[in-house]
Amino acid sequence: MMKMSYFPGCTLKTKAKDLDVYARRSAEALGITLEEIENWQCCGGVFTTARDEIATKLSSVRALLAAQQKDQKLVTVCSACHNVIKQTNHAMQTDERFANHVNNYLAADGPYNGEAQVIHYLEMLRDEVGFDTIKEKVKNPLTGKKIAAYYGCLLLRPNKTMQMDDPENPKIIEDFIRAIGAEPVIYPYRNECCGGYIALESPDLAKAKSNNVTNSAANNGAEMIVTACPLCRYNLEKNGSQIPVVYFTELLAEALGVKEDSDGKDE
Amino acid sequence: MEKTNEALCKEIIWNSGVNPRKCMRCGKCSGTCPAYDEMEYHPHEFVFMVENGDIEPLLNSKSLYRCLTCFACVDRCPRGVEPAKLVEAVRLAAVRQQGANHLKPDDIPALLNEDLPQQAIVSALRKYNK
Repeated sequence: MMKMSYFPGCTLKTKAKDLDVYARRSAEALGITLEEIENWQCCGGVFTTARDEIATKLSSVRALLAAQQKDQKLVTVCSACHNVIKQTNHAMQTDERFANHVNNYLAADGPYNGEAQVIHYLEMLRDEVGFDTIKEKVKNPLTGKKIAAYYGCLLLRPNKTMQMDDPENPKIIEDFIRAIGAEPVIYPYRNECCGGYIALESPDLAKAKSNNVTNSAANNGAEMIVTACPLCRYNLEKNGSQIPVVYFTELLAEALGVKEDSDGKDE
Repeated sequence: MEKTNEALCKEIIWNSGVNPRKCMRCGKCSGTCPAYDEMEYHPHEFVFMVENGDIEPLLNSKSLYRCLTCFACVDRCPRGVEPAKLVEAVRLAAVRQQGANHLKPDDIPALLNEDLPQQAIVSALRKYNK
């Protein structure tokens, strides 16, 4: 079994347990053990681009440092955690002033300058496991199911840093959908914002943005939407999506035949 | 001592890492902004106003709290101006003033519902408070 460090994040321990449980179980079935980082701290949900913001990024650096000390890649599943940790690591690599401040705060054994590698679970599937291998390991292909990939903002942007896929015409989730035997639906709003945390202050704006996405997916023939982000899922569902919105890890677990554990429970 | 407008403007530009002079006023940032309809000052106006030292109206505008940090304007700007970084620096200059937090922790319980992910709350606190 290959071992990788794993950062679940606040929401995967609470409202988005599905995203976490199915991610771990599927990884095991694909030969990877996700080792949760000890004493991880919340990433804060949003990356602050200001140059003088240091303390808000320390929890991400600590997670990266923990993975580096185990000489493992750091895997994230939540889009927001991934965005924050990856942008922080990029700042550690490219902004000397920022890195000096962080290292002074951390007082770790040695300086950290962004040596660890953080990858999203989807990148783990594509680059470490390979979609062809996944295809071979699928026991219950979701044949004929028309699924719309919803990227939202955080997986892809800013592209200069995230480097996951083409930010305007991505295909990593569509390739994932094909690997589990289903049919991807391409639609215009798949990389537009759902409204994010504006759901708290202006639910109407979140509704308008979310409806753009769900209407676009449904009008293009999708039966279901998949996402990697708990807040995207919340916004799309809460604002009356006419089709189900599920985490991509749930479909992966279903396809790999590991959705139910040995006790026959879903979670 | 209060900062002069010039000093504040300089500080905001430094903290954002943005060079507003690169802007060619095409408006694509505002065209792609998901919060456009609820903004009094739009991303292209932030760039123009900061460049001209017109900070005061921005500091007092609710537009600061409408930016969703979706990075659409950052990626789609043909000149690499990255307006969201400027919005962020102005927002921080605003919420860092005494008693200027935009979201009070006491206000949060009323905004919750049983499905709301924690991610929404931590994100809002990070964006709206200091």
